[in-house]
Amino acid sequence: MFDNFNFDQATQKELSTFIEKEQAQAKLQASIQRFTDLCWDKCMSSKPSTTLSRAEESCLTNCVERFLDSSLHMVKELENKRAQLSS
Amino acid sequence: MPDFLGSSSSSAAPPSDMAAQKEAVMRGVRNQVALANAQALMNSSTERCFTKCVPSPSSSLSSYEQACLSKCLDRYMDAFNVVSRTYMSRISRDRLESQQATAFH
Repeated sequence: MFDNFNFDQATQKELSTFIEKEQAQAKLQASIQRFTDLCWDKCMSSKPSTTLSRAEESCLTNCVERFLDSSLHMVKELENKRAQLSS
Repeated sequence: MPDFLGSSSSSAAPPSDMAAQKEAVMRGVRNQVALANAQALMNSSTERCFTKCVPSPSSSLSSYEQACLSKCLDRYMDAFNVVSRTYMSRISRDRLESQQATAFH
């Protein structure tokens, strides 16, 4: 991976760990971005106001929580289906 | 191409050089990630606020539309922060629950 450089083993390992962490961070950021878009479309009233209203804020919170619930539900459902098929 | 990948030396680097190169790689990666994040945020907020604030584009951007875009960007940041907070606390809550679940079984 670092062929262009002349890093020793320890440095290569350190850099790999660092990059893994950065990638995990970037993935997290991408998820937050995706949820923001999804929930923005659901929750934000047509005209942007000067502050985020209570209703909008709780809608955003519920939106994220319920999306994650839905995602878990789908995983379970698919596992059930797979179990039914293999039995 | 990012220039941090371009700097390569041919033979084994002395330790101080290696440390400097390592720092350069890390800085480069951090910059790339920050840039990608900022771009994603900018593209998304622009698209969403354009949809909201400029429903029927005319020959120029009116001051009303500009004011709407500014406000919309602030709200988009607010929404991003609310979502981020909610998601992070959900992750730590789920992690705690699964830890407790494995502790009891």
